[in-house]
Amino acid sequence: MTLEERFDVILAAEDKIEPADWMPDDYRKTLIRQIAQHAHSEIIGMQPEGNWISRAPTLHRKAILMAKVQDEAGHGLYLYSAAETLGVDRDQMQTLLHQGKHKYSSIFNYPTLSWADMGTIGWLVDGAAITNQVMLTRCSYGPYARAMVRICKEESFHQRQGYESLIRLCSGSPEQKAMAQDALNRWWWPSLMMFGPHDTDSTHTEQSMEWKIKRVSNDDLRQQFVDMTVPQADYLGLVVPDRDLRWNEERGHYDFGEIDWEEFWAVVKGNGPMNRDRIEHKVRAWDEGAWVREAALAHAAKKEGAIT
Amino acid sequence: MTYEVPVAPGESAELEETADLATEVWPMWEVFVRARRGISHVHIGSLHAADAEAALQNARDVYTRRGEGASLWVVRSSEINAFEPDDISDYVDANEKPYRLATTYEIPDEVGHM
Ligand SMILES: [Fe+2]
Ligand SMILES: [Fe+2]
Repeated sequence: MTLEERFDVILAAEDKIEPADWMPDDYRKTLIRQIAQHAHSEIIGMQPEGNWISRAPTLHRKAILMAKVQDEAGHGLYLYSAAETLGVDRDQMQTLLHQGKHKYSSIFNYPTLSWADMGTIGWLVDGAAITNQVMLTRCSYGPYARAMVRICKEESFHQRQGYESLIRLCSGSPEQKAMAQDALNRWWWPSLMMFGPHDTDSTHTEQSMEWKIKRVSNDDLRQQFVDMTVPQADYLGLVVPDRDLRWNEERGHYDFGEIDWEEFWAVVKGNGPMNRDRIEHKVRAWDEGAWVREAALAHAAKKEGAIT
Repeated sequence: MTYEVPVAPGESAELEETADLATEVWPMWEVFVRARRGISHVHIGSLHAADAEAALQNARDVYTRRGEGASLWVVRSSEINAFEPDDISDYVDANEKPYRLATTYEIPDEVGHM
């Protein structure tokens, strides 16, 4: 059996490809691209919520938000670890992110303007992430699939705390409810955009499906998300900002309106409201931490010297 | 797709994988966690840290934020010696030695469970 045949047999048997296995070069590259971008998204994703830690309304909410943001850091680290099994280096990925050569999910290029954005992000953004990540637990690459299992457990906390926080806001004063509605108005469409272009415009989907990296198409995942989320909005008494949204008895799914693809591509290309800020902030944090990284190395070298 | 960024028209799908690094980086460590008493340590991932003490602290923060671990090991990744799938042909196929398997021995039913 050739190496390529063995690779195909493992895939066909729904077995996992592991780091030391032979794999086609494009399979490796596709995974590196996807896992690196996923990792960067978790790391940059700390910023929109980190923005509200010092302004959380209660100590309880502040503790929850800190735990969530810390989880996102952890998600980034699990994923960098998974990417490194494919032969790329963590510091190099990070440098490429800082140089703008690696991207991260566009959702984090939108600003967090009110406290209600915290609940809404947990509910919608983490909710969309779960839809995608549950699928990825079945991905053919072992280290990526295992990282997803850990991440999914934690995402459940993220989504539930967000939704619960919105229940509180929506049963509060009219002003609080209006704040929640405003947040939904701003986050609904960017959340749907998280699933990417239509299947017909999605160039890589087919190959990724064949390799079992991706198991469900963009449009199917987006439909799943809408079907799951609309009744949750109803429960909150909030209105989803889409005039075309209605239950389709025949299909057994919600019909919904068209995404503004011009906006979608503008943000992907770097022209969203927060693209520049996010990277600037990331680079600043990295540069300001340089002395800590150097001191830790110097301390390690000194200790080593003392032992031998 | 969610956390994957689509390739915009006119952009290259190729992703750069290497960059010049200005400074020395922290070495990599493999992390093993014993989830609870009674079971072995299991490999859970890797991380970077300047020394073993820092690696243990980072491992605790990264991999056991919800009490998933009763015990942690960290080992420098460069210290791991591995047996890779490609080396397997150097070894005799275990299936050629069926006499090692308990099920290949016939015991009469009258003897009962053995
Ligand atoms: Fe996450
Ligand atoms: Fe999350």
